[in-house]
Amino acid sequence: MAKRSVIPFGPQHPVLPEPIHLDLVIEDEKVVEAVPNIGFVHRGLESLADKRDFNKMVYVIERTCGICSFGHGLGYVESVEHIMNVEVPDRAKFLRVIWAELGRMHSHMLWMGLMADAFGFENLFYACWRVREKILDLHELTAGGRLIFSVNQIGGVNKDITPEMMQQILKSLDEIEEEVKPLEKAFVNDYSVQSRLKGVGVLTKQQAHDLGCCGPFAKASGMSFDYRMTGYEAYKYLDMEPITGTNGDSFDRCTVRIKEVYQSIDLIRQAISKIPEGDINVPVKGMPNGEYMARIEQPRGEAIYYTKASGKKYLDRFRLRTPTFANLAGLTETLKGADLADVPILILTIDPCISCTER
Amino acid sequence: MADVKRSPWLLHYDAASCNGCDIEVLAALTPVYDAERLGVVNTGDPMQADILLVTGGINDQCAPVVKQLYDQMPRPKVVVAVGVCACTGGVFKDTYNIHGGVDTCIPVDIYVPGCAARPQAIIDGIVKAVELFQKRSDEHDALVKARKNGGSGNA
Repeated sequence: MAKRSVIPFGPQHPVLPEPIHLDLVIEDEKVVEAVPNIGFVHRGLESLADKRDFNKMVYVIERTCGICSFGHGLGYVESVEHIMNVEVPDRAKFLRVIWAELGRMHSHMLWMGLMADAFGFENLFYACWRVREKILDLHELTAGGRLIFSVNQIGGVNKDITPEMMQQILKSLDEIEEEVKPLEKAFVNDYSVQSRLKGVGVLTKQQAHDLGCCGPFAKASGMSFDYRMTGYEAYKYLDMEPITGTNGDSFDRCTVRIKEVYQSIDLIRQAISKIPEGDINVPVKGMPNGEYMARIEQPRGEAIYYTKASGKKYLDRFRLRTPTFANLAGLTETLKGADLADVPILILTIDPCISCTER
Repeated sequence: MADVKRSPWLLHYDAASCNGCDIEVLAALTPVYDAERLGVVNTGDPMQADILLVTGGINDQCAPVVKQLYDQMPRPKVVVAVGVCACTGGVFKDTYNIHGGVDTCIPVDIYVPGCAARPQAIIDGIVKAVELFQKRSDEHDALVKARKNGGSGNA
């Protein structure tokens, strides 16, 4: 038996935009075990629930993560709206879907870029991020911010998308679709990319199910599970099918995310064609009293927002279960038996969002 | 920026940030904003870095890491705090786990405000850092020269 040694990975590492530390137990260049050590980004966000009132909490919760910021705000306001029995106008629901899908697109484009950087294809990294800037321009056009734009409020949204903006969105989506196609080709057809991704880090459907994985990571293993199918917000008016892979390797995780970009483009087009006229928010009176667990599909998987209130200005408790937390168990499983050189790629294939997970 | 003679290397570290500023730092380095035209280049190695960009506030767990990265960088060095959390602690100032801005841990030269800091603001911060780095390098060179000539080194 070869000698075992431990190689520390992180918290500061060139491929990681965020700090996570892994102790990799190595035996002949193969990883035997990976022990994650987290807590570098823990801020104590949930504790702010007793310092900020429930309306201002929206702004705090949007700062859980700068990438899926809109989704976090959406999950929280949805939970409070359920507690307070607020009926959100249909137009606001459609607007939320448009912003959520723009967020999903920019998150996946960002991930594609980081992935390309991880396997050493810098040109592709820059190309992906160039396309992503167009999505951020749409954020700026419609909401005024690039990443964190706080349009959610309890009872609806506080900004409307005018018909001119809708036309601009449709125009930009056409351009983005055209520009993603060559990038997809590079990911799917390139020989050297395939050699780094195919058959690397396989997670079977049974494993993904047993370990409670979610999002594109589980979808790539063939688990057809997408919380949007339950039709929260305006998704019930839109046609969609969850995208799944078959092999559960890194290559499938890549293709699932690329297909989800196209799916988001399609969903935004549907939403724009079906959006009704009307109010964008309703006035909300009183204080929340009760508890609710809202679930939404974030770019990285299913997130759970638990809110407990007792008729006071401040919430009793707010709790957030993020998709990356669910996927970390799957990650440590795929790392077992992997080559040391594949570790950065495998960490990236779960699309880790450490700042969501640690809050 | 008129007479830039040096090409400092950047090191980016995410202390306890929400990702917003990190992604904007990366966006500022990619071709759309192209901070690399200022002669800087992103590196992952603290031993070769001259400018440290830190995003996010400081907590117990990441304080030793930030300190170690700062110590590993060769002199002269410049620290830029990117985003309001790195400047003061921002929206997380009242939480139990955040000590405050980056200056609670290491000396900071340039503060870039914003939540999330826009790439334009980050580029502005990098420009200031490059100028400061040049000034410090010149001072450093003069010091080394004075020591070589048998001076006290207080030049």
